[in-house]
Amino acid sequence: MQLTNRATAVDRRPMNTLEKIYLWNILKGMAVTFKHMFKKRPTINYPEQKRPFSQVFRGLHVLNRDAEGRENCTACGLCAVACPAEAITMEAAERLPGEEHLYREEKYAAKYEINMLRCIFCGLCEEACPKDAIYLSQTFAPANYGRKGFIYKKEDLLIPHPVNEPEAYKKALGEKAALKN
Amino acid sequence: MYLLALDLWLIVEKAVLIFCIIGLSFFIAMYTTLAERKVAAWMQDRRGPSRAGPWGIFQPLADGGKLFFKEEIIPLASSKFLFILGPAMAMTTALLTSAVIPWGGNLHLFGRDISLQIADINIGILYIFGVVSLGVYGIMIGGWASNNKFSLLAAIRGASQMISYELAMGLALIAVLMLTGTLQMSGIVGNQMTGNNLWHIFLQPLGFIIFFVCALAECNRTPFDLPEAENELNFGYHQEYSSMKLGFYLFAEYINMFISSAVMATLFFGGYDILPFVDETKWGLSENMLTILGFCALMAKTFFFLFVFIWIRWTIPRFRYDQLMALGWKKLIPLALANMIITAAVILWLKK
Repeated sequence: MQLTNRATAVDRRPMNTLEKIYLWNILKGMAVTFKHMFKKRPTINYPEQKRPFSQVFRGLHVLNRDAEGRENCTACGLCAVACPAEAITMEAAERLPGEEHLYREEKYAAKYEINMLRCIFCGLCEEACPKDAIYLSQTFAPANYGRKGFIYKKEDLLIPHPVNEPEAYKKALGEKAALKN
Repeated sequence: MYLLALDLWLIVEKAVLIFCIIGLSFFIAMYTTLAERKVAAWMQDRRGPSRAGPWGIFQPLADGGKLFFKEEIIPLASSKFLFILGPAMAMTTALLTSAVIPWGGNLHLFGRDISLQIADINIGILYIFGVVSLGVYGIMIGGWASNNKFSLLAAIRGASQMISYELAMGLALIAVLMLTGTLQMSGIVGNQMTGNNLWHIFLQPLGFIIFFVCALAECNRTPFDLPEAENELNFGYHQEYSSMKLGFYLFAEYINMFISSAVMATLFFGGYDILPFVDETKWGLSENMLTILGFCALMAKTFFFLFVFIWIRWTIPRFRYDQLMALGWKKLIPLALANMIITAAVILWLKK
């Protein structure tokens, strides 16, 4: 049964004299390799040149703050429930008086960890979040020497403070956030 | 009267020349390794080493440094003296060959005529053959002293391959020697520079092809790199070697490539003759200028052959062992013999 029309029959004819001398075929092969010397190379010189990510790229997670720099996350746990890889763990804590400038609502995540080795970057946490507290940025987790290094703590995930470090904040928002607004 | 009266300046001159040529061999072998990697990359649509310096030009230094600082391992069960002698032999024989190659004409410096050839001995080409045959010992001793089955197998392969292909190489060369009537390297070049500057390639194309194929086999280059067949024999005769001893083997291969390219340029492509069919002395340039240009011409031809060596390596897969032997004994030797007889007949017929 023929599945595609791309198949070509194997040529099993005995070699003719020209082919038996090898040299002719070797020269043909050398012409092929020589042509490749002038082809455009698809390689990108990575640290200097970077391949642009697509607009819908889902990379490393970012924990969001509001405009005053208060954390959005209320440790409701919906992202952890939504996560198909079970990569997210968190511990909730109650906001104490005097911490209003740190956390937006009365409950916050005292501990928030994402295991980047488990994470499949599906973005379901972003979809599940009712507080717009987590979203996937356009960077990826850099290499690390140990497994421990891939468990990202809250400090690693939190976006820079928009008031105290506006430059870093803007950079962390990236193109994707700019597109949303 | 003064049979032993040595000209002191001659010694100085030759010493400087030897230093220059050995330095040049090392330098070119170093950069051939880079060229090999770069050309391989280009032929495979990659970029090749580009991190050490601009366009990766310091890559050979980095490679050499790495080899120097690696741990030197001598296997317990090996024969220690021979284990060290192997790479030393390979390196020495690779460098020795450069002594008789005429790198250029005469230079007039400080009121002296300086020949750009270390030793113009009258059996030049025979000397090259002798030294190249010694190269087998480097491989054989190294492979045997390692006390490793794979190394030994590779060494035996290498030895049988080199000996087989030397025959065809010698026979191909005899045709050239019949044309020149001399074994002296400068004589062979001189023969191509006199008359109408006819290079031997135009008289002996078949001889050149045979010689080239045999040179590939002698240098253990693809498609004849059976002694270091990675997938069959792990790494071949230098499997047990590490650090600079391995470096010596690899380096000797590149020096061999360089020297055999130079020999091919000398024997078939007019040596330091700049252009075929052109009498360069009529250009009205000074002799020193012509010598320098001639040296550059020889280098250009050598580099071209080096490129072809690399080009072939990244194009053709390795021969099987029986194919290698069949090609050597059943095809190249009869061809070379036929070439020799036809040349002899034509020479006799023309002289009549």
